[in-house]
Amino acid sequence: MAIVHIPTQLRSLTGGAEHVESPGGNLKQVIAALDSAYPGMAERLLRDGSLSPSLAVSIDGAFTNRGMLAKVGPQSEIHFLPAIGGG
Amino acid sequence: MPRKSHLQTTINGQPVEFLCENRQSLLEVLRDELRLTGTKEGCNNGNCGACTVLMNGVPVNSCLVLGVEAEGAEITTIEGIADEAHLHPIQQCFLEDAALQCGICTPGFIVTAKALLDRNPSPTEQQIRFELANNLCRCTGYDKIVRAVQHAAERLQEAAN
Amino acid sequence: MAERFKVIGTRPVRHDGADKVTGRAIYGGDLQLAGMVHGKIVRSPHAHARIKRIDISAAEKLSGVLAVVTAADLPDLRDKVADLGEGSVNLAHLGANVLAHQKVLYKGHAVAAVAAVNSHVAEEAAKLIRVEYEPLPAVTWVLDAMKPDAPLLHDDVYTEDMAGGRAGEGTSNVSKYLLFEEGDIEKAFASADVVVEREFKTASVHQGYIEPHVSTALWNHDGHLTIWTATQGAFTARQQTAELLQIPVSQVTVVPCEIGGGFGGKIPVYLEPVAALLSRKCRRPVKMVMTRAEVFEGTGPTPGSFVRVRLGAKKDGRMVAGQAWLAYDAGAYPGGMIGPGCMCVFSCYDLPNYKVEGYDVVLNKPKTAAYRAPGATQAAFAAEQVVDELAERLGIDPIDLRLKNAAREGTKRVGWPAYPKIGLIETLEAAQRHPHYRAPIAGPNRGRGVATGFWFNIGLKSSASASVNPDGTVTLIEGSTDIGGTRTSVAMQLAETLGIAAEDVRPQVGDTDSVGYTDVTGGSRVTFATGLAAYQVGLDIRRQMAERAATLWDCKADEVTFDGGTFRRNGESIGFKQLAAKANELGGPVVGRASVDPAGPTNGFGLSIADVEVDPDTGKTTILRYTVFQDAGKAIHPSYVEGQMQGGTVQGIGWALNEEYFYDGEGRMRNASYLDYRMPTALDLPMIDTVIIEVPNPAHPFGVRGVGETPIVAPPAAVANAIYHATGVRMCELPMSPPKVWAALSKTQR
Repeated sequence: MAIVHIPTQLRSLTGGAEHVESPGGNLKQVIAALDSAYPGMAERLLRDGSLSPSLAVSIDGAFTNRGMLAKVGPQSEIHFLPAIGGG
Repeated sequence: MPRKSHLQTTINGQPVEFLCENRQSLLEVLRDELRLTGTKEGCNNGNCGACTVLMNGVPVNSCLVLGVEAEGAEITTIEGIADEAHLHPIQQCFLEDAALQCGICTPGFIVTAKALLDRNPSPTEQQIRFELANNLCRCTGYDKIVRAVQHAAERLQEAAN
Repeated sequence: MAERFKVIGTRPVRHDGADKVTGRAIYGGDLQLAGMVHGKIVRSPHAHARIKRIDISAAEKLSGVLAVVTAADLPDLRDKVADLGEGSVNLAHLGANVLAHQKVLYKGHAVAAVAAVNSHVAEEAAKLIRVEYEPLPAVTWVLDAMKPDAPLLHDDVYTEDMAGGRAGEGTSNVSKYLLFEEGDIEKAFASADVVVEREFKTASVHQGYIEPHVSTALWNHDGHLTIWTATQGAFTARQQTAELLQIPVSQVTVVPCEIGGGFGGKIPVYLEPVAALLSRKCRRPVKMVMTRAEVFEGTGPTPGSFVRVRLGAKKDGRMVAGQAWLAYDAGAYPGGMIGPGCMCVFSCYDLPNYKVEGYDVVLNKPKTAAYRAPGATQAAFAAEQVVDELAERLGIDPIDLRLKNAAREGTKRVGWPAYPKIGLIETLEAAQRHPHYRAPIAGPNRGRGVATGFWFNIGLKSSASASVNPDGTVTLIEGSTDIGGTRTSVAMQLAETLGIAAEDVRPQVGDTDSVGYTDVTGGSRVTFATGLAAYQVGLDIRRQMAERAATLWDCKADEVTFDGGTFRRNGESIGFKQLAAKANELGGPVVGRASVDPAGPTNGFGLSIADVEVDPDTGKTTILRYTVFQDAGKAIHPSYVEGQMQGGTVQGIGWALNEEYFYDGEGRMRNASYLDYRMPTALDLPMIDTVIIEVPNPAHPFGVRGVGETPIVAPPAAVANAIYHATGVRMCELPMSPPKVWAALSKTQR
């Protein structure tokens, strides 16, 4: 089960929990499972079925480039972050 | 259309004639009429030095000189610094010392540095910084530019001896 | 790590050097095409106004005018969002920023544009365009814009949180509220022996690149649009332009010219779509060049800000809690740098308890754009001064205090996963050992300050391809526009991989038709990611060359080994050059290719030591001595790494001491020229000494971390700390210009 770190502003959906476990072999499955356990999560994280453009996701410390199909391992750590760039 | 004036000058050692409107700056004439685009426009009001050329040996902001003021003048632009065989030692030192990053200010600095070293072959660091203060660079922080001018001065002195 | 590189770490002359020092290099403004005409933009004189009417009739009739356009010529972009690789963009906002729609939101906001036979006629025509405005009250200070009675810029902007949820009631100038919280800060602060809290303000500053924006567009009779432009990313310029014009990207080619500086400011498009619209009307190439005033008023400065930071520590120096409250300008449209600001404010420290709140606020200033580590410098100006004050109150050396609390591998950070292997501690230790830190600083009004800085440094996508020439040289085409010499650092990585000299690789930057998709030059990514692509191109070439050798030696390709530029098998050997000469007869031309998308971040840490002298009679601060430290992972070309460190530092010094957008009572910028927007000159500075630390990045074959952005983050705080130690006065407002320093000193003397 992957460990999903819940951003502060989404903890109202998880009853205050800061980390939750979630099954799923890829990001899409993990988010779907999260949404089942904590209704409303998908609506906040996604836009038109893809990750919201204002968010980035890191799996095991690295930003992923595979979007919703990014593989998630049995003990992966997932973080959702504001998207950043540079100048 | 406004009438154009007919001017005769010497540019980089060659006689050059051109037509220009009274409202055109020397910078505009060099870049747009004569296709000498090595001299750059950064601000068009004399505050950045990217347009520096030598007019009768003296560095000027060509954006503040009217084309019609160039009558009879001897003008040196960046295109006239190297000779047919070699880069000028200032140019060579800029490359070896990595004194440029985006390169847009580089022509102005090289022309200014040439005028400085022609007049004062052994400048101190402060004298170099003072002379270059009219040329803005946003990329390098000036450190490597000053060092390149110092090295060029040494090289020119060695060649003279 | 034993030095085993032949090319990496050396200092070859850059490949584009001769063109750059002789004036031959073609920048956007140097481009000349047959039939080319010139465009000019009409801009709003008001900081905030409704557009009632635009009358272009007189302009159209002027002899020499070929076309006039307004926002009416752009397609309907409502509700369209584009992903531009570095984050998403609301296209309606981007389009309205390019040509104002219904309202103007800052002085200098583009309203219309005209193309004419030369720039003088275009200027005359621009003056004939009559725009009727209904002026509205304007707001230009971030805290004022947050007040409930502030003039409202948009009727469709609501306060959102990090994940698309609503964080406020009704329409607002606050477009985003971010909150990051861990642990229990109130309990932790209560347990602290020392707590320091301060408030800070910073003004808008501009990237200040010497080359103004310039674009030329030709919308041909066959419907194809070609744009030659100064851009930090040909592919992002193509995508933005295509999205704004609602045409397929296949219809657009962007040719990146040599570029005279960017620093983030040349990532958004401004002129490209306007030049395209004009060209569509007149079918001529339309060149548009901004004036310097237009660059200041009509492009994207970095946010002004208000930041409050509170830090608490035990008397042994261990920090127990941190709290930050940040409000950043977004400029006229939402989407500024508050996210990175929140995530950077405590990024150098291991804080078990924290609460960070951030606000993205629209106001009547140009839409902000990235400026070298966007959002980090404002946060560091605050946090690094609070750390300095904490050190003083605790009686602990400022570097020791930082070492005691330094982020390291495994440290969790605000909003982010734990750090991988990073080089902050090595950087702190290098600074503490350095002669500058131990040198006495004697004399009245003299002081020394230190500060650390951090930037994420991104990965993102890069593509490259290379052909092996019969003489053993290699021609490389890569997609990263070169603003600082990266075509050479990328070429060096290919040369190293092939065991050939740097001079034997000929790098070129391709346009969108000739090279694979490549993300922007920015984010400190090119030497890292495009270098990685060049390395993989090298591996691909080696595979193909091994096949050629296998044909030569009549064996299998996997029996051929390669090391240091030589192919071997069973006692036989052949060098790269010799094999290249035979490649055509041994199987055909060798062309290597690669496309990469490495994960960021690579995490760049730096530190500044600044010695200053403050003149109490004038408030002027002179930098006496400055040393910059930074972990580069691996310096491919040390001269250009030093150059990034020095250049970013000097931008930071300008930001610290003089630069600001000065606004009058009507919300208009009054100093839009290099005379009054005072950037450092050669006379303002000493040499900037550099120390490159190398803690290799495990995620890159040569250990590269990005370097470009981190150097700008620490200097304003380092200089502020130095001014404090020189005068006893802590400056909490940027810039720390002579009038402000003088006033602050005078107050303490009364």
